[in-house]
Amino acid sequence: MLYDIHLEITYSYEAQADAGYHLLHMQPAGIDGMQRVIASSLDIDPIPPERIPGKDFFGNQFVSIAFHDPVDELAFRLRARVERFAPPELLDMSPGLADLQREVRQTTGMTGDSPVHFTGQSPRIRRVSQISRWANSLGCETMSAFQAVGAVCSALHSEMTFDPEATAVDTPLETAFSNRRGVCQDFTHIAISALRSLSIPAGYVSGFLRTIPPEGQPRLEGADAMHAWVRAWCGFEMGWVEFDPTNNMMAGDDHVVVAVGRDYFDVSPVKGTMRTAGAQLSSQSVDMLVVDGGKN
Amino acid sequence: MDGTSQKIVPPAYERLLADYRTLPGIADELLDASGQVRPVWHGFLNELAAFSPDDLEHAFARGNQYLRDAGVFFRHYGPGASTEREWPLSHIPLIIKRQEWENIASSLMERADLLEQVIADFYSENRLVGEGILPAGVLAANPEWLRPLVGVKPKSGHFLHFIAFDIGRGPDGNWWVLGDRTQAPSGSGFALETRMATARSFSSLMNHANVARLAGFFRQFRDSLLGLREQDGSRVAILTPGPLNDTYYEHAYIARYLGFMLVQGSDLAVRNGKLMVRTVGGLKPVSVLWRRVDSEWIDPLELNDESRLGAAGMTGALRSGSFTMVNAAGSGALEIRALMAFIPKIAQHLTGKPLSMPNIATWWCGGNAELDYVKANLSRMLIDRAMSTRLPFDHSPQAILSGRMRDGTPVDPGWIDVHGEDLVAQEAVSLSTTPAFSNGKLVARPMSLRVFLARTPNGWSVMPGGFARIGSSGGSADISMQRGGSVSDVWVVSDTPETQDTLIASSATGYLRPELGSLPTTAADNLFWLGRYVERTEHSVRLLRAYHLRLAETGTADYPIARFLGDHIARRGIDPDTALPAQLLQDIESAIRSAGNVRDRFSNDGWNALVDLKNTARMFASKVQAGDDAARAYSILLRKISGFSGLVHENMYRFTGWRFLGIGRSVERIVDTLDFLNSFTDEEAPIGAFELAIEVGDSIMTHRRRFAVETRRETVVDLLLLDDMNPRAVLNQLRVLNDHAAFLPAHEGERTTAFQRRIMELVTALSTSTANDIPSDRLAEISAEAGGLSSLLAESYLR
Repeated sequence: MLYDIHLEITYSYEAQADAGYHLLHMQPAGIDGMQRVIASSLDIDPIPPERIPGKDFFGNQFVSIAFHDPVDELAFRLRARVERFAPPELLDMSPGLADLQREVRQTTGMTGDSPVHFTGQSPRIRRVSQISRWANSLGCETMSAFQAVGAVCSALHSEMTFDPEATAVDTPLETAFSNRRGVCQDFTHIAISALRSLSIPAGYVSGFLRTIPPEGQPRLEGADAMHAWVRAWCGFEMGWVEFDPTNNMMAGDDHVVVAVGRDYFDVSPVKGTMRTAGAQLSSQSVDMLVVDGGKN
Repeated sequence: MDGTSQKIVPPAYERLLADYRTLPGIADELLDASGQVRPVWHGFLNELAAFSPDDLEHAFARGNQYLRDAGVFFRHYGPGASTEREWPLSHIPLIIKRQEWENIASSLMERADLLEQVIADFYSENRLVGEGILPAGVLAANPEWLRPLVGVKPKSGHFLHFIAFDIGRGPDGNWWVLGDRTQAPSGSGFALETRMATARSFSSLMNHANVARLAGFFRQFRDSLLGLREQDGSRVAILTPGPLNDTYYEHAYIARYLGFMLVQGSDLAVRNGKLMVRTVGGLKPVSVLWRRVDSEWIDPLELNDESRLGAAGMTGALRSGSFTMVNAAGSGALEIRALMAFIPKIAQHLTGKPLSMPNIATWWCGGNAELDYVKANLSRMLIDRAMSTRLPFDHSPQAILSGRMRDGTPVDPGWIDVHGEDLVAQEAVSLSTTPAFSNGKLVARPMSLRVFLARTPNGWSVMPGGFARIGSSGGSADISMQRGGSVSDVWVVSDTPETQDTLIASSATGYLRPELGSLPTTAADNLFWLGRYVERTEHSVRLLRAYHLRLAETGTADYPIARFLGDHIARRGIDPDTALPAQLLQDIESAIRSAGNVRDRFSNDGWNALVDLKNTARMFASKVQAGDDAARAYSILLRKISGFSGLVHENMYRFTGWRFLGIGRSVERIVDTLDFLNSFTDEEAPIGAFELAIEVGDSIMTHRRRFAVETRRETVVDLLLLDDMNPRAVLNQLRVLNDHAAFLPAHEGERTTAFQRRIMELVTALSTSTANDIPSDRLAEISAEAGGLSSLLAESYLR
């Protein structure tokens, strides 16, 4: 599937914001066998005096920018063309949860995709006992790891209501969970927390979602802004699988990956804030359209 | 060893040691296993025994007085507010033989080299994990292992430059490492002060005892840091979290002692991958940063977005290799307790032999065999968080001692099974005891040593002694300073005399010319406000004294001039009906807070004068009566303020910092003088207001000599506004400001700053006017223009 992606994120500051630093995770990733970036350009307005590309611990490309002088408006515009390959049929080769835990302990890799980074706590995900209790009530102990991931994400999808008004970017996951309302970021954080409490290594994927569904299918939730979903490690044999709890589906050719990390902290599209005395407004818009001639 | 065995004490110090009791099964520094005094203590005890109880008391008092005069304190965080505590000095030094010390030093150098290898592996290939020596989970869960720094090679080639080890002596007499301090260890500066204080107490004993000096260690480290700089005029800076940190005193002290710039996060900025310090002369490069801030707080962008203690982009600057951080960011990963369980195996793996000084036996409960062993030996185990960086005797609330939780209930072994990966067990240690003084007698107290190591071009240098923690009671658990423990000097003594060696005596780098313009903006801002607050206090004191003199003369506040003055004082936010108003105390507190922010640039005498002013004002606040009593109290405060001003302005080197202090004083005096001139020369002002202006303006004598006439509006305006010979006059102070400003660093592309231009405009206006040209409305205009000086200064130099 061939896509054209447009992303625009803008900020405007009531009082001029002080000089600032940002780390940007916005551009689609090139991933062998999964997606290919044909073209990608990121315009920043005003043009920052410093702009340095880099690669982070988890293998994501980022751009680091700096403004030396105060700015009152800031806009990021991304245009990209990406080919997303249809995912192969998955065979469940994952072990049960106890064996999975043993496999994690046997891991001797420390690189960014090693499961050891995705257990326990991470900057935005603490242990939440109510989420652990909920996850433990789903009867996953007799399932394979892969089945358990599906069970957790589906259960979450059926209990949670997608509601952009219910949470903000910094709402703690326990709040979103106890209200059972939130957006893709909340669905994803809660799913990660639940999976980790079952000793399934789980992380965060940020990316884009196809805006207009194929004919006859419902529109996906979360397509108006950058999207988020879960990746979970299902053992040495099967590796990482991606599941979108907001839409109760495996991430497939409707999903284009930008970055992966332990949680939102690692992959937020614009990291770092301007220091400003006044209020700030921000907006985000996303389009991910199938290119004519691409197979539908 | 049998600690209850007979003490065999020479008669000379029988009295001294009458109450000295060692504990069974615990080693002692003073007495050997057979109860004999160790030879290394004989010299000290002989001389100590010759002290009368009075002599001893005086000796201790000298040490305490030294610490008080030097203003040594540490901040104590208890329930509620934090407070500054006097340094808890235990006066009796711990004495160690040179030969034994050499063994300690070489063992710790060996450990330091091992830790350098380990941390280098943590931030590069992770072979220790890859080869199965260290479980991946132990590193992945380590909160001090900072992923954004993986793959970043330190510019200096080394991760560790200044570290410390806490060590203790076990029952068998051998030393054990209790903790590795590789983040940003504190205590070396306190050790210097402890040494100075102990030397004051026992100067003659020390001279006879051939005690190893500490200064050489600091000189070597200073020269090593200077050697790490780029050859571009860049600086070495020490990054402190600021005055609210528990060891800020030490940061300021070390900065002053070594001659390095002390900065806070807000002073730093990253530009094009380079680390810069904001100074009054603009951004200047820093190529070596000795951080006294934990790594995760150095960069709000990539490490901890809640931090206000670092600078955004610092991680990026490290990635680009533009400066050396001491110790490298992320070096705290070596401090976690769980790592100690693997150090013996790692040593064997990397060097092929065990370390010559082991760390205390430690088991990570995430391994099955270890877990079983720990559960089978619960009674002699201390179990705590695997990722804790506390010392073994500093327990977290979740600690399990001898199988019991803190509330005394036995731990459920199933709980340990479930939480195994998060737990580490250590063999409960009994530390050796050493003499401390209590109620006139020597008693045995548990102790641990902190040993500092600094990297030099020739390898590790070990600070010879200086710092031991002494427990407050018999048990090892009370050794932490926060829990009432104290600190003693450590004397490493040899048979032959030591060569004299102080930091001042010689320096390999030669004379460093102090550089104007390298004053960090935060420091400049604090000095400016210190100048303002002290001057403001002085002005308020003059107003209040005049007020109470009027009350004393008339016995009532109801006369027009008293009412008028009272209203004027009230408009300044000060309540004239209180004999010593709270606002005055607050201004003094503000002055002290500003001074506290620049302790590294300040003499102890100046600081003590300020503290004395505060204490006196507080004491007066509780007891003075309105009228004559208060007037006299204010005269005393005025003299104390003058004492401070004299100390600072006469004795402070004319660095840029002194100029900011002076600018603060002049700006405040200009603003205050204009304020009361506006009020007291107003047409509505009652009879006596002109005399009052002259009195508050401290110009009675001058007025009498210059004008052989009665006090009139013209004479007042002339003397306090336009007279450039009178240091109380606005024009004179504007000229002072102008002189200061001429010495401030020029910015690129500007011949004069907005601050200088405003001064010149005011000088021109005043020097071409006569008193008759300045009616009330013109005076108000001048006040408004002068009122803008403060923000123009900030705009011109403090951004």
